Amino acid sequence: MGLSTRDEVLAVPRLLRAGGLQAPALPGVIPAERDLADAAAQEGIFATTVGKVIAWGRYSSLWPATFGLACCAIEMMAASNARFDLARFGAEVFRASPRQSDLMIVAGRVSQKMGPVLRQIYDQMPDPKWVISMGACASCGGIFNNYAIIQGVDKVVPVDVYIPGCPPRPEGLLDAVIKLQKKIAATPVNGIRE
Amino acid sequence: MFREMVGGLRITLREMMTKPITIQYPEEQRPVPPRHRGRHILHRYDNGLEKCIGCELCAGACPVGCIYVQAAENDPQHPVSPGERYAVRYEINLMRCIYCGYCAEACPTEAITLGPRLDLADYKRERLVATKDDLLEAWPGFHPMAQGVAEGRGAPAPQTSPLGAGSSHQGPAGSAPGLRPPIPGSRGSGGGAAPI
Repeated sequence: MGLSTRDEVLAVPRLLRAGGLQAPALPGVIPAERDLADAAAQEGIFATTVGKVIAWGRYSSLWPATFGLACCAIEMMAASNARFDLARFGAEVFRASPRQSDLMIVAGRVSQKMGPVLRQIYDQMPDPKWVISMGACASCGGIFNNYAIIQGVDKVVPVDVYIPGCPPRPEGLLDAVIKLQKKIAATPVNGIRE
Repeated sequence: MFREMVGGLRITLREMMTKPITIQYPEEQRPVPPRHRGRHILHRYDNGLEKCIGCELCAGACPVGCIYVQAAENDPQHPVSPGERYAVRYEINLMRCIYCGYCAEACPTEAITLGPRLDLADYKRERLVATKDDLLEAWPGFHPMAQGVAEGRGAPAPQTSPLGAGSSHQGPAGSAPGLRPPIPGSRGSGGGAAPI
């Protein structure tokens, strides 16, 4: 990237408006949120170069924990089948043990009783870990606006990508995985998470 | 023994010769059926007037209550819709929505339909509340992006799809180099929409 000071980073939008520069991008990745790119640019050349390799390793082998709770899980299984082939993104290895996974796809409504279980599974995952909230119910409760269902799993675990839909198509899940990969690529390796 | 092996592997060997059925999703997409219920679109008449008359029947029909409509009286000199009223605010919580299509069934003017768009995932739940600017069909006479240009917030409007403001499959990557680069695909039309 070659940008090390904050002034240069802030100068980029001006250059962009003048049409003189391409958008600063990690190789093969469209830049994600601006603040994340800022943080990456402040780290210096060595850290960003090594960080890119580490981030490449992270986003190329997302192992999801099996957490299918309802009908969205059917679409999640469909996404891992040959027709949609989640393996193309390195995310096909659904692990039954949270110790071996770094992505949790919450697929389905989470009841009040399931909430502590969800949190425990999340806590047992090793640390760079991400959560995709799949479907209307997991994201915000969906049609189950009642006392039995947690109105969004982000009340229990931090969620990185939300997928609307009831249920979303397998393409929707693939789209979320791609967006999560972009987010991981743009996140500094030793940096803060939101 | 060789015969048994070939016999057992007959299907495997046959499938090796066939074309793989995998759809390379981000590059190619399987065709969306014409009545597919994806993201909503608010339509206009051919003269640019909005079809929505702010009657809130869609909000009443919605089983999850994810539609918010605020209506106002039309100015007779500059009407927004052909009826007496129009929707000042029209918001849909895309995350709560279950895409059942009851809103489209209830609408007396066929102002709202559910479109073909699938890729709705986003990083922040606030951004999944679609405003009228996001949902309204683009029209050459007035484009929501035009406001953004006037305020210096975005680049000139990219190619607009006839399917609506947010219906392009891939966002215009790098085409709206404003203060805040858009996340590709999450908000199809770039920096013109109201920030939530």
